[in-house]
Amino acid sequence: MKTSPWTLVFAAWLLAAAATLGALFMSEVMGFAPCVLCWYQRIFMFPLVVILAIGLFPFDPKVVRYALPLAVVGLLVAGFHLLLVAGYIPETLTPCRQGIPCSTVQVEWLGFVTIPLLSFLGFLVIDALLIAAYLKRSK
Amino acid sequence: MKQKNIFIVAAVLLVVAFITGAYFFKKQQTEQAAQLAAKNQVALVRPDAPSFGNADAPVHIVEFFDPACGTCRDFYPMVKTLMAEHPGKIRLTLRYAPFHPGSDAVVKALEASRKQGKFEPMLEALFASQNVWVQNHVAHVELIGPLLAPLGMDMGRLENDANAPEVATMIARDLADAKTMNVTMTPEYFVNGKPLPSFGFDQLKSLVGDALLANNAK
Repeated sequence: MKTSPWTLVFAAWLLAAAATLGALFMSEVMGFAPCVLCWYQRIFMFPLVVILAIGLFPFDPKVVRYALPLAVVGLLVAGFHLLLVAGYIPETLTPCRQGIPCSTVQVEWLGFVTIPLLSFLGFLVIDALLIAAYLKRSK
Repeated sequence: MKQKNIFIVAAVLLVVAFITGAYFFKKQQTEQAAQLAAKNQVALVRPDAPSFGNADAPVHIVEFFDPACGTCRDFYPMVKTLMAEHPGKIRLTLRYAPFHPGSDAVVKALEASRKQGKFEPMLEALFASQNVWVQNHVAHVELIGPLLAPLGMDMGRLENDANAPEVATMIARDLADAKTMNVTMTPEYFVNGKPLPSFGFDQLKSLVGDALLANNAK
């Protein structure tokens, strides 16, 4: 494959930026209150936009080292959130006691696309892209 | 540099998509809110709700409010000033939306104060001392007693009246009406049945200005 590590990191940045703006759109424009778990996912998603952009100009392949841990933790939180919404983890185990319970489904597009699912897929693809960029470099 | 251009174009596209998306979403939302309000005028104006100003005023502001809400406290004098600037032209009706935990008990007492003709002074006393009885967004009805002492109300009677079932029924009805009108935050204003396009005092003022103009044109 001819895809350069730059392109992979750029794609990861694009996804992080789209996810960040999407999250801001839902909370600031549509007025959904983010639950506690959503905040943790935001904490790991938002900095990626800045860190990955800095790594692109001039291109620094080491950016993967700094960005990947964030994206992996974000993936874990999103995975936990998905299990919670699906009912595999009881709500009492979660940190949400006040405000919006994290098991509430605020959006369901096409019958199965929820916000935590989008978050999970976003983190998953970002992780994959960053790992691919890392492997390319070490070759 | 080609990569730089790709990056800049992508970043600009994302931001433009966000802004246009936000614009169209807000526009659609405003239209829906206006339609909803037009359809549900009965839920908006209830004859037994507390009301200030000339009952036949051409401009009627309906406010859903929570005495424990800080923005409601800050807006109250501004709306009063607006009414004073147009004497006899604006009527203000208050609807209860006790969204803060514990606030419903305070609203019950506030509604009961109407029987002693002390609604307005009690509302103003509650707003003035809000930081005493609202702590961490939780309303503490047990703290309001001493704050109301200067008003000279019969506190035993107030408590009795506050616990009357019809007061609870009225608050439940107001909350149901708030739900019907899609009021999820306080304060929320409707001017002659129209919701604010977006939240803010300037928006309220301009909606009132439009309503006054429409009345003068008649």
